[in-house]
Amino acid sequence: MTSALVDTLARPALRRRASRTNLTPGSSLALGISVTWFSLLVLIPLAAIVATAAGGGWSTYWATISSGETFAAVRMTVEQAALVTLVNVVMGTLIAWVLVRDRFAGKRLLDIVIDIPFALPTIVAGLVLLGLYGPTSPVGVHWAYTRMAVPLALAFVTLPFVVRTVQPVLGELDHDVEEAAASLGAGRLTILRRIVLPSLLPAITAGAALSFARAIAEYGSLVLLSSNKPFQSEVASVRVMTYIENGSTAAAASVASLLLVVSLVVIVLLDTLSRKAARRG
Amino acid sequence: MSIEVRNLTKTYPSTSGSSEPFVALDDVSLSLPTGQLTALLGPSGGGKSTLLRIIAGLDTATTGSVEIEGVDATSLPPQRRNVGFVFQHYAVFKHMTVAKNVAFGMEIRKRPKAEVRRRTQELLELVHLGQFADRMPSQLSGGQRQRMALARALAVEPSVLLLDEPFGALDAKVRKELRDWLRRLHDEVHVTTVFVTHDQEEAMEVADEIVVVNQGRVEQVGSPDQLYDEPANDFVMGFLGDVTRLGQVRLRPHDIDVAVQPGAAGAHAGVVTRMLRVGFEVRLEVEPDGGGGAVSVVLTRSHAHALDLELGSRVWLTASIGAVTIPAMAAV
Repeated sequence: MTSALVDTLARPALRRRASRTNLTPGSSLALGISVTWFSLLVLIPLAAIVATAAGGGWSTYWATISSGETFAAVRMTVEQAALVTLVNVVMGTLIAWVLVRDRFAGKRLLDIVIDIPFALPTIVAGLVLLGLYGPTSPVGVHWAYTRMAVPLALAFVTLPFVVRTVQPVLGELDHDVEEAAASLGAGRLTILRRIVLPSLLPAITAGAALSFARAIAEYGSLVLLSSNKPFQSEVASVRVMTYIENGSTAAAASVASLLLVVSLVVIVLLDTLSRKAARRG
Repeated sequence: MSIEVRNLTKTYPSTSGSSEPFVALDDVSLSLPTGQLTALLGPSGGGKSTLLRIIAGLDTATTGSVEIEGVDATSLPPQRRNVGFVFQHYAVFKHMTVAKNVAFGMEIRKRPKAEVRRRTQELLELVHLGQFADRMPSQLSGGQRQRMALARALAVEPSVLLLDEPFGALDAKVRKELRDWLRRLHDEVHVTTVFVTHDQEEAMEVADEIVVVNQGRVEQVGSPDQLYDEPANDFVMGFLGDVTRLGQVRLRPHDIDVAVQPGAAGAHAGVVTRMLRVGFEVRLEVEPDGGGGAVSVVLTRSHAHALDLELGSRVWLTASIGAVTIPAMAAV
């Protein structure tokens, strides 16, 4: 649910709001359909969750949010999502670089395989990771049910985002520009730092936003892989599930609305950053 | 000599499955004196851009050597050749302002900030972009971007300036303006300059010396006048201007005298079958009586008027005195 909102908000279509309208009857209809569809699927349910959260009254809301377990879960979710996003920024850019710039055997295969974490049902992703890092690990790494389980699962499911946003931009990058910098005396590192990375920055931040949003919303793989102990390895989405199982819908909605706010803030921040990067000199 | 190219060969492995490698440059030797403006002229795919890129170090030769200002540069990376390079599609740094673009090379060389600022402004004035220092490249027109790219290349005080089809992406009018401007700029800064073009008019107008490159070989080197008046072969003659055939010789259409009366010895009689006026000139096609294909003739509008030419007129054609002619090949 949160992830659906977050994914939608990250789409570039919503980024630029026209200051004047240029609506013809045809485009008015298209706009009407778009807004209705978006409202039915996203806005109204979201309003409903906020209403549910408010339904228990301010005291319930505050009690839920400020309870130690919830706070610890939300905090860990945000921290781990941020950490994994940072890792993705580095690794994703590197993988995209290798896929675009280098020629090697198995490149096409790697290019396809990258999307697997994205395409797998997340519960299956959990199962896959459990096979390798669980109690019966063939490589002797027993990360399942420890604190390492959370970043591991998040890194697995969010891997493709930065790769897939950076890859096309890197592919379109004019090779002339790097040659021009080289003939002006810039070494490879300088070219990377001053020419290539600034051009990729908008793509990287867009990928980071998607990756963060996905990480903060992850549930399926964590249910299997992490022991979900309060204060230790329980993430916000699992906390929401716990509340629902206990019949406390208002409390669950309160956590959900908090996650919603966090996602919104992060996405707005990253969006501002990428716009600044696009304009900066 | 500023640039000395010796026995340069560049081959690419064939892509189309045949075992023959593609030869982009075939044993090219060339020496270009300091301070001169040289054009590498030739048809697309003839190897001229490859030659320029090898001089800049952006491509490597299969065999042969390149010397710049007396230093063997064959294995030097582009960073250490002190060469300014201007690309056809400008290669601007899109995320930097115009001033930052120009300052880039100087910043890499860690020049003092004040000097960088002063010199950037100087260069922007030189290329008439003084007002645009704080704009982004996307706010400039194509011609302005290319001038910015030129200022950027000049900023590092290169020993040679190389331009790869610098005006190729611009429209005809801007192209002509920039061409004149480049000539004047070169007269001001005197840096050894080589530019690649496939436009013979551009080469003739701007360059001190033209190197005609075709199929990986140098066909002829000489001043624009030399090349036009004494073409070494059929290819050079054909590439530098229009060529037509009159009797047993090939010559330029404007080197044919038109008479409306018989008289001159050896004149070829014929009938005007096409007449086209373009600006101040009139282009005729004359079908000679003996057959053998139409002859193109160009004359001024006033001359055509004086002769009272029209479609179907009978004319007698002779080669002008002093016309450049080469024997026509029998098979033509």
